[in-house]
Amino acid sequence: MDLSSINPLVLITTVMIAATPILLAALGELIVEKSGVLNLGVEGMMITGAICGFAIAVETGNPALGMLAAMVGGALLSLVFAFFTQILLANQVATGLALTLFGLGLSSLLGQGYVGVKPPSTPKIDIPLLSDLPVVGPVLFQHDMVVYFSILMVVVIWAMLKFSRIGLVLRAVGESHDAAHALGFKVVRIRIMAIMFGGAMAGLGGAYLSLVRVPQWVDGMTAGAGWIALAIVVFASWRAGRVLLGAYLFGGVTILQLNLQAAGVNLPVEYLSMSPYLITILVLVIMSAKGGRASLGAPAALGRIFHASS
Amino acid sequence: MIHLEKRAEPSQLWAAFTPVLAVILTMIAGGLMFAALGKDPFEVLRTIFWDPLFSEQFSAYSRPQLLVKAGPLILIAIGLALGFRAGIWNIGAEGQYIIGAISGAAVGLAFYPTESWLIYPLMVIAGATGGWAWAMIPAILKTRFNTNEILVSLLLVYVAEQLLASMALSTLRNPEGNGFPGSRNLSQYWSTSNPELITGTGMHLGVLFAFITVIMAYILLHKHMLGFHIRLTGESPRAARFAGVNPTRLILICLGTSGALAGLAGLFEVTGPAGQISIDFNVGYGFTAIIVAFLGRLHPVGILLAGLLMALTYIGGELAQFMLGLPGASIQAFQGMLLFFLLGVDVLTNFRIRIGHGGAK
Repeated sequence: MDLSSINPLVLITTVMIAATPILLAALGELIVEKSGVLNLGVEGMMITGAICGFAIAVETGNPALGMLAAMVGGALLSLVFAFFTQILLANQVATGLALTLFGLGLSSLLGQGYVGVKPPSTPKIDIPLLSDLPVVGPVLFQHDMVVYFSILMVVVIWAMLKFSRIGLVLRAVGESHDAAHALGFKVVRIRIMAIMFGGAMAGLGGAYLSLVRVPQWVDGMTAGAGWIALAIVVFASWRAGRVLLGAYLFGGVTILQLNLQAAGVNLPVEYLSMSPYLITILVLVIMSAKGGRASLGAPAALGRIFHASS
Repeated sequence: MIHLEKRAEPSQLWAAFTPVLAVILTMIAGGLMFAALGKDPFEVLRTIFWDPLFSEQFSAYSRPQLLVKAGPLILIAIGLALGFRAGIWNIGAEGQYIIGAISGAAVGLAFYPTESWLIYPLMVIAGATGGWAWAMIPAILKTRFNTNEILVSLLLVYVAEQLLASMALSTLRNPEGNGFPGSRNLSQYWSTSNPELITGTGMHLGVLFAFITVIMAYILLHKHMLGFHIRLTGESPRAARFAGVNPTRLILICLGTSGALAGLAGLFEVTGPAGQISIDFNVGYGFTAIIVAFLGRLHPVGILLAGLLMALTYIGGELAQFMLGLPGASIQAFQGMLLFFLLGVDVLTNFRIRIGHGGAK
């Protein structure tokens, strides 16, 4: 085993790349759950975004267009979830599962012609001045636009939830849809918009996976990333800053385990590969052991069906 | 203006009719999808739903496959439905299925090459225990630490898949297999095999077991106090607590039972139709069983019928893949659509659709 082959600076850069898809999806789900909706279809939306983004990027040769298409694809798929849960009042847990199962099938159907194709590479954007700093520059300020976007979104979402009127309305809908309805807010409309935002973010996360992180199209390539994003929202106690922490922690574990594999640690590859999932479970347990849902900060109306007459 | 009006009581008529309506809607939407793929939708639907059972050319092969595929689906779905009824979401049946198969196969392989009628019962116990133990992880974390069972059970599927790969590549690998991954073929040894009970029907021990489970589940849910508690907890958790239902016990029982049944399904599969532990042993029965449970409206008899129908889509899908070049993934999307429509049309059971103004809005 040769641990000296692991370069800590390269490690931090790769951790940021590994964490970004999950960070994006988890931020989207954070907004969805803040509005009181539990969408378990993140995995399905991510993988659909992954193939939509990949296909458009390959066809047009433009990764930015691909990312945009992934957001549209994810949002369209989430609209199906929104229609079933908000208009037809279907059970959110089961509909979310259906979305994941359907998304996995749909993506593999769409992706048939794209197995083994190489996508156009996504350009890195060096931030002027900052990227020239020694050590910190190459690690933090020489990434592609999506990494910057994901971190910007953490700040935007945090500020929106904490300071803006939109954030207040969103939280009101998620805490008590009946009270929000009585105040005259359009509960269903607000929730549908939140769900679509979640879908777009999950789709972008998926596209980042297929266009930058891997980068190629493989059936079922999200491999549970959507579920981990869901777990990170719980870990984060529904706070944007902690979502960032959770996603980077998870990215760190993933990269560390890959590096240990490459360094030839005396442990079978399969056991290293299961470590990110096991650590996610462990973190979930530690977080939930502190107390009930309410003390964790879960929105009070999370997963409850809203109908004006009942 | 169209709006919904809540029914005082769920409609019995619609409750029975909605699965049929969902299947019809799925056929229409699926037909459109097949047409978009450039296939004749009527031909595809006929190949999926009619040919496996009635075509002279294929039915001899396909009919037995119906029971082979329906067996594990029904077995797993019955267990899941118990939990779903009580609002306990075990969605990691795929993992429990894998662990059941590994545990059962490990016991069988440990005795190799001894031949004895005692071995198979031991393997069955090991399979059920393996699945049960894997399901106990989310159950205990839920009851002790209040951890979300949906996420834990699902994440454990990925852990189980890695474990399966490790078993197939090293621990349980056939020492006489020329280095190929995969265990010895359990179906080739009398003591560890799960053969067809009646030749040419596809009926093996697992299918028989699935039918027995349907009857047991029916009795449990409709004639037994525990079943009443399960239904009560699902319909009104508060009322259940006042009635003295112990939620911890219920979680342990529901998750444990569904895990054990999924483990059994895995064991019967690995000793019968699959034959060996291999990297791609699991084919998604644990996830499809979720659709089966809902399609059967979480009712044992409904699940029996739903399992057969879902098995038909598997077999018909393979046939369509072979005959018409239909992509295999389209069947997966088709099955996902079915679950969507099922959940969607359920609105008719609980609500009335009113056109025009008036009513509570």
